[in-house]
Amino acid sequence: MTAVLEDAPAEVGAIPSFTVTLRVLRHLPDDSGETTIDHWDEFQVLCHGTDRVLDALHKVKWEQDGSLTFRRSCAHGVCGSDAMRINGRNRLACKTLLKDLDPSKPITVEPIKGLPVVKDLVVDMEPFFASYREIMPFLITTGNEPSKERLQSAKQRERFDDTTKCILCAACTSSCPVFWTDGQYFGPAAIVNAHRFIFDSRDEGGAQRLEILNDKEGVWRCRTTFNCTEACPRGIEVTKAIQEVKRAMITRAF
Amino acid sequence: MQTHQYDVVIVGAGGAGMRAALESSTRVRTAVISKLYPTRSHTGAAQGGMCAALANVEEDNWEWHTFDTVKGGDYLVDQDAAEVMAKEAIDAVLDLEKMGLPFNRTPEGRIDQRRFGGHTRNHGEAAVRRSCYAADRTGHMILQTLYQQCVKNEVEFFNEFYVLDLLVDHDLAAGHVPEGEEVNVSGVVAYELATGEIHVFQAKSVVLATGGAGKIFKTTSNAHTLTGDGMALAYRRGIPLEDMEFFQFHPTGLAGLGILLSEAARGEGAILRNSEGERFMERYAPTIKDLAPRDIVARSMANEVREGRGAGPNKDYVLLDLTHLEPAHIDAKLPDITEFARTYLGVEPYTEPVPVYPTAHYAMGGVPTNIEGEVLRNQTDVIRGLYAAGEVACVSVHGSNRLGTNSLLDINVFGKRAGISAAAYASGASFVDLPEDPAATVEAGLETIRTRPDGDRVADIRKALQETMDANAQVFRTQDSLTQALDDIKALRKRYEHVSVQDKSRTFNTDLLEAVELGFLLDIAETVVVGALNREESRGGHFREDFPDRDDANFMRHTMAYRRPIAADGHRQWGADSDGDAEGRFHHTEVFDGYQLVLGSKHVNVTRYQPMERKY
Repeated sequence: MTAVLEDAPAEVGAIPSFTVTLRVLRHLPDDSGETTIDHWDEFQVLCHGTDRVLDALHKVKWEQDGSLTFRRSCAHGVCGSDAMRINGRNRLACKTLLKDLDPSKPITVEPIKGLPVVKDLVVDMEPFFASYREIMPFLITTGNEPSKERLQSAKQRERFDDTTKCILCAACTSSCPVFWTDGQYFGPAAIVNAHRFIFDSRDEGGAQRLEILNDKEGVWRCRTTFNCTEACPRGIEVTKAIQEVKRAMITRAF
Repeated sequence: MQTHQYDVVIVGAGGAGMRAALESSTRVRTAVISKLYPTRSHTGAAQGGMCAALANVEEDNWEWHTFDTVKGGDYLVDQDAAEVMAKEAIDAVLDLEKMGLPFNRTPEGRIDQRRFGGHTRNHGEAAVRRSCYAADRTGHMILQTLYQQCVKNEVEFFNEFYVLDLLVDHDLAAGHVPEGEEVNVSGVVAYELATGEIHVFQAKSVVLATGGAGKIFKTTSNAHTLTGDGMALAYRRGIPLEDMEFFQFHPTGLAGLGILLSEAARGEGAILRNSEGERFMERYAPTIKDLAPRDIVARSMANEVREGRGAGPNKDYVLLDLTHLEPAHIDAKLPDITEFARTYLGVEPYTEPVPVYPTAHYAMGGVPTNIEGEVLRNQTDVIRGLYAAGEVACVSVHGSNRLGTNSLLDINVFGKRAGISAAAYASGASFVDLPEDPAATVEAGLETIRTRPDGDRVADIRKALQETMDANAQVFRTQDSLTQALDDIKALRKRYEHVSVQDKSRTFNTDLLEAVELGFLLDIAETVVVGALNREESRGGHFREDFPDRDDANFMRHTMAYRRPIAADGHRQWGADSDGDAEGRFHHTEVFDGYQLVLGSKHVNVTRYQPMERKY
């Protein structure tokens, strides 16, 4: 099916409309837990110039097929609910404008890879969060708490700014070929969140985290394919962060 | 069906819920039930900052903060609560820093602070730098930091569980319970999204922390999941909702989309301009201009558009101008929101002004509580074991208009208080017996919708609701527009009786849950509109064109909306007590199918500041 830009808009300032075809990978379990065979469904949706893939999915769900299932919440790229594979790339559906894809071809939408599919575009996030929890994603300090704030220079604060942006959407981890073949690998997101603390001047748990990530399923499994960096909807330089953790492991004594 | 028992059950895992959990879980056995993974909560969308009079960059003190909060709320603020919030703000910020929150820093390495709307030095003299921030993702950092602490403390979460009923030993919506009589909470009923299974949680204390209800409007900064669940659960049990007519419209939503651009942009120097390039806020708020409180800025913008000075081909928005700011400064202080403008509107904020228009943002009203977080069932009596904090609650620190940054403060200060109170109560209380067949109502309701062969679509009814709310109950309101909205809501309630879903499965049935959420939205919308119809004055976020002035003689009081049964003789069947106003009278009853909405009032707690004319 081709998308057709309709005739020139009648009114000045009217947003142009166009029809897109969504090809969605369906996975519909029955209530006994036995699943039907996965299949592709095609939907035609009339969209507008500012619409995102999430808007198109909503139009399908709300106007055509209420059983189409996906997660979403904030709808502007900060909550991390709607990471999915769109035209073969991991993205947030709410941050991907239809007009930026080639609307003349069907847009394929699949669940992110490497995590068990629950239904349609919904995957089981528990293994992902389990890896996150393992790297001790919280500030570790010793001694008495100061009465006021801990001091940190703007430069020290800047050192880990990039990795504080993570929204735990799993776009990076589920784009990683190592993670696809080895579900035990911590994955980029967990390492990013370790980085956020390892390079925080206030934190004293760096050695423990580095030891955890020195594991055979830790940072050394990274093959530097940069899929994670490309996939990150927050623009985090994920691969660079992983490299910095590797370097810290070599240079910091523990 | 599964049954669980916890000392404290917290409903909602945003900032308020997790802050409460950090207190409660170290004291008693605690569960947090959330319809989302905690890090998906909408606290994470908050951008600009959290105010506290740290005085790190200039002279400041909590008393000025209290005053600003009271004045910002157009004097409908309970001043004892505002004082608690402004005082405890300082420790709340320091607590977050100690938990690891990466605040921006001053050259000396202390927490940096910046200007924000309505926050002033010495009772309105000039804007003051009070907002502590982490770039323009302060809410994100708060949510992440609180979740990190929950991981550290091994807080027990039930993720993607929807709480669909609040269990109490007296259903106040079913009939009158005399003043002073004990009413106790006994737990909640939840629906597990992944499996469709029902879970009953028996609890000594329940904390509602479910957030807001922005989805009653079409144009909103709120997440799809902000459907007023906690407010509606309380309302359905006859617990009043306070001040629901006061809804905040944030001035700078991306035009046509409603996505929020933080007030921090104006805090950093951005300027609002009309189609003539005029900095129009100079006319409306000569002293603090673009940093006037949100209600005033939103109304001014809407007025510019109404008077034909809107920008764009349809003259239906105004412009947020950042072009005079250094790109490096924008990148350092406002990276996310400038990216929103690029991604969603294709506008480059370095060189082009950004189209903006007010967007429904925040419910000032909610479940009434006292400063300990205890939920009130009338002016004076608490429901034993029930607590609320954050946007779902009305304590009331925001009055008729919330100041920017005070919501992140509210969730931290009152989330903490509610968590401590809930745990303290639970450690001395016994479980209250669950009602017989506690899940019956929920199961029947869900099955009716799930199995109804066909009927009205959820999306159609919801769209009609959101459109009438945008058209008739937004920045400008009149008796006619509100009456229209009320008629529409009543008609939509009838259609909702025939709502059906296409997804008939029990596995991850979001179609079904959207239908349930629509029911909550209808409940919330009726309380907003009936409250707005009966408040024949203009105050803060509520502006009546037919009553453009504030009327302290008649309306210096909180609104309390009660759901009550219709008595056989058509009259209300309960006595004159503190459900009503100080004289024991109700102001208004609105009859719906099967119940009536009764409006009473509640005293405003004025301590230091007598109401004055509100000028900026």
